[in-house]
Amino acid sequence: MSARGRSRRGALAIGFRVGTYLALLLVLGPALWIVVGVIARAVPHWQWDVLWHTTKGSSGGLEGALLGTLILMVGVLIIAGSIGVLAGIHLAELARPRRSGKPGGGIMRMAADVLSGFPSIVLGYVGYVALVVGLHWGYSLLPALLILSIMVVPYIAKATETAIRQVPTAYREGAEALGMSTGYGLRKVVLKTALPGIVTGLLIALAIACGETAPLLYTAGWSGGNWTGSFIGGHQFSYLTYPVYVFYNTPNPSAHALAYDAALLLLVIVLLLLVSSRIIVARTQRHAESR
Amino acid sequence: MTVVGGTAGVPPAVPPTSRSNTADPPPPGGPLRRILRRSETGAWRWGGRIAVLLPFAALVFVIAVLAVKAAPAIRVNGWHFLTGSEFDAGSGYGGTTTTDGVAHPIGAAYAIWPLIAGTLQSSAIALIVAVPISLGCAFALTERLPRWISRPLGFAVELLAGIPSVVIGLWGILTFGPILARDVYPIIGNNMPDVPVLSYFRDPVGQGDGLLTAGLVLALMIIPIISSTTADLFRQVPRLPKEGGEALGMTDWEVANRITLPWVRSGIIGASVLGLGRALGETIAIAMISGSIFQVAPNIYSPMSTIAATIVSKLDGAQTDGTGFAVATFAEMGLLLAVISILVNLGARGIVARTSRLGGPVGRGA
Repeated sequence: MSARGRSRRGALAIGFRVGTYLALLLVLGPALWIVVGVIARAVPHWQWDVLWHTTKGSSGGLEGALLGTLILMVGVLIIAGSIGVLAGIHLAELARPRRSGKPGGGIMRMAADVLSGFPSIVLGYVGYVALVVGLHWGYSLLPALLILSIMVVPYIAKATETAIRQVPTAYREGAEALGMSTGYGLRKVVLKTALPGIVTGLLIALAIACGETAPLLYTAGWSGGNWTGSFIGGHQFSYLTYPVYVFYNTPNPSAHALAYDAALLLLVIVLLLLVSSRIIVARTQRHAESR
Repeated sequence: MTVVGGTAGVPPAVPPTSRSNTADPPPPGGPLRRILRRSETGAWRWGGRIAVLLPFAALVFVIAVLAVKAAPAIRVNGWHFLTGSEFDAGSGYGGTTTTDGVAHPIGAAYAIWPLIAGTLQSSAIALIVAVPISLGCAFALTERLPRWISRPLGFAVELLAGIPSVVIGLWGILTFGPILARDVYPIIGNNMPDVPVLSYFRDPVGQGDGLLTAGLVLALMIIPIISSTTADLFRQVPRLPKEGGEALGMTDWEVANRITLPWVRSGIIGASVLGLGRALGETIAIAMISGSIFQVAPNIYSPMSTIAATIVSKLDGAQTDGTGFAVATFAEMGLLLAVISILVNLGARGIVARTSRLGGPVGRGA
């Protein structure tokens, strides 16, 4: 090989190496910039008062919104969590495999895949047309919960299915050899082993749910106040993403401050959820026999 | 292929007597507990069957609602809806008229080519920027950095996926866009030659809300999806061919280009299309950053809008149309967006599923 050819190869290799690190920097830089940028604009005027007062117009606090987002998360955990986990169990364990040997539930899996990539505003629109207007529920908690649940069920089902599939077959055979019925063995052996993976999936689904805006705008509306305790009937509902979306371009400085406060709270919630999911994964990997 | 005996996966029926013989000693608890325990299998089975039907039912419901709502608008707007450029709710006081049996305000006309163009343009920019960066990022994380540093960095990328899109939008419109418009865009805009393709990059550069900023922010939002999927693919490439290449004296770039990339090529295409699907449907961040102007962007910095962003920002006003025609038109827009995203997603899943078995949930965020 000629010297020129060799130097060209060397230059390409160096360029490639530099390029990969540059790419990493181009991803991590903005990620850090967003987090630091929001903190830097929210912390200087941060007052703990924000947490104890409800929103009035475009000023006041974020008590209603924060509680609303937490209520939405609990609701999604109950509705989407139970449906998603059951669906995941079915897909992984109980669905009859097809003759070709592929896992069963083909069309259900496809539906879940399509739903997980569905534009969230289209789901919000359907919630508005069918539930808020069609069923006369009005802007209230239940339509928002249902639409959010439709959005995140596919993630929970997928995470559950993956976690259950990673349980070694020997565990199931052991359970059967001990005379456990399929259901009992499922609960006591398979689900117990797969629990960390399932919980991780739930936490990620909650992170998605708490950061959504588009599906909520036309299903939950916005009141600024605390939850009235009713699920339907036009009792509008508050959630943290609304002040961010609406208050950022108002001239009022207190509204601006609220937008950044809400963004900060959202970041804290998402960070807590993702970090705890990471901790769960790390702990189970440490305790697992393999790896 | 012949199937012998019962269907696989279902244990052969065992007579109850033989079971009670093998279950020795009997399970703890009274007779009630035992009955409950036996019916537990049935409960799981039926719960699972019902639960797995629900996403499917929800999908059918969503598409049915869209189709029924959109039907009158499709009849009135016709094919012109896709090619023309009009967004006129009609006069609120001018009374209503009827076309093809559908009532709508006089003068109402909807044709959304600018929104379709804006959706495609911003997604194309996002994809062009995101794919190389994601590949580089995945390479750095899987092939290059030691595990103790690549894991926290990988978590940071995951965190980027988890940041709510409304927060990214807030940063994009108040921090990122203005800085680009002040410090970066003028350098490009002033120096681009006035030749056919490149003239699209020339002045004026605007305020930082517009097509290019929207595309860049979209790129940021889809990079975690593409790079995490790609990183999973890279980890599945067997070690031996790579080591063989290195033993033959190949450089990093040659190993990557001739061995790793060809090994997972269609998986990467699938991951990119998955990211494209997300970019096409992204709503809130674009509604904040795009500038929300109903036009085909005259240059790359100009304000524009997309289908999803228009639905979220204009549906409020559409409710004032007493005939319901505006809301029906929004259903048509939603249906169009849904069809595009379904096609893109199924295409991507097909490509990815054919080439690899992916573990984690991939798609919207996180």
